[in-house]
Amino acid sequence: MDTPATAPAAPPLPVISAPPSGERELRLDLFRGLALWLIFIDHLPPNILTWLTIRNYGFSDATEIFIFISGYTAAFVYGRAMREAGFVIATARILRRVWQIYVAHVFLFTIFLAEISYVATSFENPLYSEEMGIMDFLKQPDVTIVQALLLRFRPVNMDVLPLYIVLMLFLPLILWLMKWKADVTLALSVLLYAITWEYDLYLSAYPNGFWAFNPFAWQLLFVFGAWCAQGGAKRMSRILSSPVTLWISFAYLFAAFCVTLTWYVPQLSHLMPRRLEQWMYPISKTDLDVLRFAHFLALAAVTVRFLPKDWPGLKSPWLRPLILCGQHSLEIFCLGVFLAFAGHFLLAEVSGGAGMHFVISISGILIMSAAAWLFSWYKYSADKNSSRKRDAGGNADMAGGGS
Amino acid sequence: MRSHSGLILGLTMLAGVLSAAPARAEEPAVSCEVPDYLLASESALPKVAEAIKTGHSLDILVVGSRSSTINTTNASDASAYPGRLQAILKEKLPSVAVNVSVEIQAKKTAEEVAADMVKVVEGKKPTLVIWQTGTVDAMRSVDPEDFRSAVDEGVVALREAGTDVVLMNPQYSPRTETMISAPPYLDSMRVVAQQHDVPLFDRFAIMRHWNESGDFDLFSTVHGIELAKRVHDCLGRALSQFVINAGHSIPAQQN
Repeated sequence: MDTPATAPAAPPLPVISAPPSGERELRLDLFRGLALWLIFIDHLPPNILTWLTIRNYGFSDATEIFIFISGYTAAFVYGRAMREAGFVIATARILRRVWQIYVAHVFLFTIFLAEISYVATSFENPLYSEEMGIMDFLKQPDVTIVQALLLRFRPVNMDVLPLYIVLMLFLPLILWLMKWKADVTLALSVLLYAITWEYDLYLSAYPNGFWAFNPFAWQLLFVFGAWCAQGGAKRMSRILSSPVTLWISFAYLFAAFCVTLTWYVPQLSHLMPRRLEQWMYPISKTDLDVLRFAHFLALAAVTVRFLPKDWPGLKSPWLRPLILCGQHSLEIFCLGVFLAFAGHFLLAEVSGGAGMHFVISISGILIMSAAAWLFSWYKYSADKNSSRKRDAGGNADMAGGGS
Repeated sequence: MRSHSGLILGLTMLAGVLSAAPARAEEPAVSCEVPDYLLASESALPKVAEAIKTGHSLDILVVGSRSSTINTTNASDASAYPGRLQAILKEKLPSVAVNVSVEIQAKKTAEEVAADMVKVVEGKKPTLVIWQTGTVDAMRSVDPEDFRSAVDEGVVALREAGTDVVLMNPQYSPRTETMISAPPYLDSMRVVAQQHDVPLFDRFAIMRHWNESGDFDLFSTVHGIELAKRVHDCLGRALSQFVINAGHSIPAQQN
């Protein structure tokens, strides 16, 4: 494949200026596509390609990119709808979008349930009799399914969509506040983040535990993305283009890289100062640790600096699959989760070898790209007549898929 | 979902696996080597070292959940890793009276086990407690922060009771990876081990290494107890080497 090679180096991107109306910001699509590929690879059991995902080279991972860009594009699209058509119309559109994401989540859950039920009935390895206890929820399908519909029962790897649903539900409020005062909205978001850390706010899950992505903390990235889309990025452009920012970012990325290196090369771990370890660990993904957020910001700053908006490579056919995936993010995200289930299943049923891992990862990416191409074809060729109408009222597609 | 060539490849591999299966069953011993860094620890076990040096009895208590056994009806089952640990330590340390006992706390979280820890240890007065934990907490998605402080509390209690401690993390279980998220609990245990200077036996990494190197196919759907027995034997082997290394009494040797 073409692009996985660029994966580790390639991060996210606040944009320096909002695209003029109608013109897509291809960098957003590119990096959202990349995030989708990386999320897919990270959901598979570790294999060679896993080493290309950014979580191995620093604190943050593809989820940060995905949530930030989702915040950015959603605010961009629905923010315009709010200005042009008013609060009620924009809210109605956002809620329709939320409904779509919810349906997608339920669809994935159904597939997941089928897979798990199969595993539970066909797998009796005494080595794992304890771990198989996790299947006990199948004994109460009524409760489990209702809890899943309430977004409280979410198997591993199915945490991103519920987070996205909750964040989108609050988007009308966020946009309304931003229309009033964008900076105050961002400040409120930071405040909520701080309160979350101070008072340990969380959402509980079923049968026990909590949401693996705490929406009270992760909203910071989403709102920050929205803030950037509402002109924040433009105002930050002086800071972003300063060499001081660049060097701080590089220094931080390098330090994070060194720290992550000690996770994978345990022989190096004695080089880490204990005091630093005690201060730093654990780096919470659930609550979006400040170190992760800062790592994302540094990646973004470096990317924006070295990847200009008019970079000719964005039109290159080699990056086309990534961009197409980014343009249909909801569909491709769901497909990716499904393919990860299918991949696990194949690995379990056929063979667990490294070669098979590799084949599954690559085929998954190919399928995602082909599907994205197909969605584009539908949108621009098969549904040509209806797409003209849609252009009139805010391109919901920019917010991550056909509306 | 998959391309034709992928399907053919899959079928070929399936055929390969099926035809290889009987041959594998005849092969008794697997080389379950473990990289040195997984068997070394910066943290020491002074009480164990002393027991080995003076030739006194070395009483080891394994406190763990179901994954510390194979046979669910009989906890002192000799083919599970605690039993193997005892046999191998006796072989390697002929001058020491080694005694390994097991305390299974099935379906209990680290917090519940930690609360009882003093009581468990009191009666037996072990030299070393190997605390296997994390699996139940991961399955119940206990808040990793709560898990961390529970492990912390348990380790402090054990230290105060005057025993050495080894922490053992969950098994690598590829089949349930889509259901159980182990990483936060693995991280928490690593943090506690570092903070209290306690050796951490990284069962997860070791088993993953075996799966990746092809020593064991942990994805296997084969019913029956043979695979479990072989894995536990290898775990017992690795654990005995780990304990001896951390006891610093014998220079590290290859298995």
